[in-house]
Amino acid sequence: MKLELRGLRAVLGGLPVLDGVDLRVEEGEFVGLVGPNGSGKSTLLRTVYRSLRPAAGTVLVGDADVWRLSARAAALRTAAVLQDSPLPDGATASEVVALGRTPHHGLLDRDTARDRDVVHDALQRTGAAAFADRAATELSGGERQRVLLARALAQEPHVLLLDEPTNHLDIRARFELLGVIAELGLTTLAVLHDLDLAARMCDRLVVVKDGRIVAGGPVLDALTPAVLSDVFGVNARTDRHPDGVVRVTYDARPLACR
Amino acid sequence: MLTVGRTRRPAAGSRGAPLRAVPLWACAAVLSLLLALLMLVAIGIGSVDVPVADSWRIVTRHLGGGSTDDLDIVQNQIVWEYRMPRVLLAALAGAGLAVAGVVLQALVANPLADPYVLGISSGASTGAVLVMTSGAAAVGGLGVSAAAFVGAAVATGAVFLLGQRAGRLSPLRVVLAGVAVGYLLQAATGYLQLRSNPNELRRVMFWLLGSVAGARWDQLKVVSVVVVTLTLALTLCGRRLNALVTGEEQATALGVDVNRLRVVLFTTSALLTGTVIAVTGGVGFVGLLIPHIVRLAFGPDHRRVLPLAALLGAVYLVGVDLLSRTADAPNEIPLGIFTAAVGAPVLLWLLRRESEAGRGR
Repeated sequence: MKLELRGLRAVLGGLPVLDGVDLRVEEGEFVGLVGPNGSGKSTLLRTVYRSLRPAAGTVLVGDADVWRLSARAAALRTAAVLQDSPLPDGATASEVVALGRTPHHGLLDRDTARDRDVVHDALQRTGAAAFADRAATELSGGERQRVLLARALAQEPHVLLLDEPTNHLDIRARFELLGVIAELGLTTLAVLHDLDLAARMCDRLVVVKDGRIVAGGPVLDALTPAVLSDVFGVNARTDRHPDGVVRVTYDARPLACR
Repeated sequence: MLTVGRTRRPAAGSRGAPLRAVPLWACAAVLSLLLALLMLVAIGIGSVDVPVADSWRIVTRHLGGGSTDDLDIVQNQIVWEYRMPRVLLAALAGAGLAVAGVVLQALVANPLADPYVLGISSGASTGAVLVMTSGAAAVGGLGVSAAAFVGAAVATGAVFLLGQRAGRLSPLRVVLAGVAVGYLLQAATGYLQLRSNPNELRRVMFWLLGSVAGARWDQLKVVSVVVVTLTLALTLCGRRLNALVTGEEQATALGVDVNRLRVVLFTTSALLTGTVIAVTGGVGFVGLLIPHIVRLAFGPDHRRVLPLAALLGAVYLVGVDLLSRTADAPNEIPLGIFTAAVGAPVLLWLLRRESEAGRGR
């Protein structure tokens, strides 16, 4: 399914945080959402997973407005991996993953063999099966993120939302996790902090500043030197290297005059 | 929460709840059996001892609807009219308070929460003490239980209104409002106690520390309906409670209507607490101790924790009540003294063990 935001406005504590955002993520596309802190990236995700009702505009997943669906019906379409979400004390990794089955069940439903299969499959796909029976709170950062990703997959979503999934991970774990995500082939919108990783992994980037989308498109078109300087305040450029990878190179004097 | 059967190995570390792999029905069956046995023993013990076989005969005869004419009249009266309602009330109160504790800990995301943190019991105390010291006329002719329930409802309503933020129930505000309302009502209760005479004071003290000594059959109907229905209903919400403890944002993303769930949890736990405390007085500590023990033994899945906490809470309070009337027989000691005196060391020992198991990670 595609994800589409039309004319989205959001207000937090009386202040506008998103102002007229239009965004489209095509089926199977991996789009990165980048921008400085406080630009409204996480808020944008919140309007999609139904945590913050937009003041205006629509959020379409497939052809349904998620704010017209029930919380449960919406969670059958979108899954989110969020920052700093607490893990239940004493739960094993596979129990955490099984929470992804929550929207699939009403009050009277019991777990089925299919639930077990989906959870097992999610653990396999994220490479988390090896530590499925360990206490979730004792996992390393990279293992933890795999488990949270597996939980999102256990929801069997059509659209995946990720809020800085590589935060706090060491460099190898970052590449590993993003590799796993890219392999999934799901329609994905990810808030990413690390421009280098975003440029390397995403099909398309969307640049947000002060609640508006200021640039977007294929990586080289989105992260121009002008955008890097105006939005991020750094002197840098992006190039496609001979090995086919797009990299960000920062100048000797990286701080741009504002 | 389910575990992947194919990859199941012994749960990790000593923290991994030793009984988590035992199916719920087996755990529930063992605890139910334990409860039934303990109740039977408790029915037989007291100023007049009734052998277990006789208690069994009297109870089954009544439950089976058979004739009670050939039974020993004194034994029959003691067992069926006095001890049976008492033991049943202890079981229901223990179950209700334990379930309320589980729910409140999930609601305010704090393992220290119990039915007392929301000021509910302080409200009940104020109502009950008002009737005991100033007479029923002071509160429109209500009895002690009714006044206690009204007090609990008023306190709950105040905490509910004060606990809102931007139209949503906020866990932090609920705790702060509960503590504030609780202290305010305790001050009122304290003032009423000061003004009372020594005879009233003893009765007040007894009520504040809780007792099931005055249990009557006609009280049990409401309490049993409330406790059993709400425990079952909350158990059905177990999956959503599991999602809720992963935080508001994540629970929302998992398809849980967080605010509605919180309102349901707040209301049901208040109703459970109010109903129980109105009849038993302020029995403390059950709602804090039992949820911890159950989680440490059976794992954190609320679909298991809720029914097992109800059963273990019932076992605990029946045992405590037995202790309270035999430790210093023929005198009775209030329940609250033993729930804390027995419970606090157990809880400390469990937490110490857990933190030692967690060391070095």
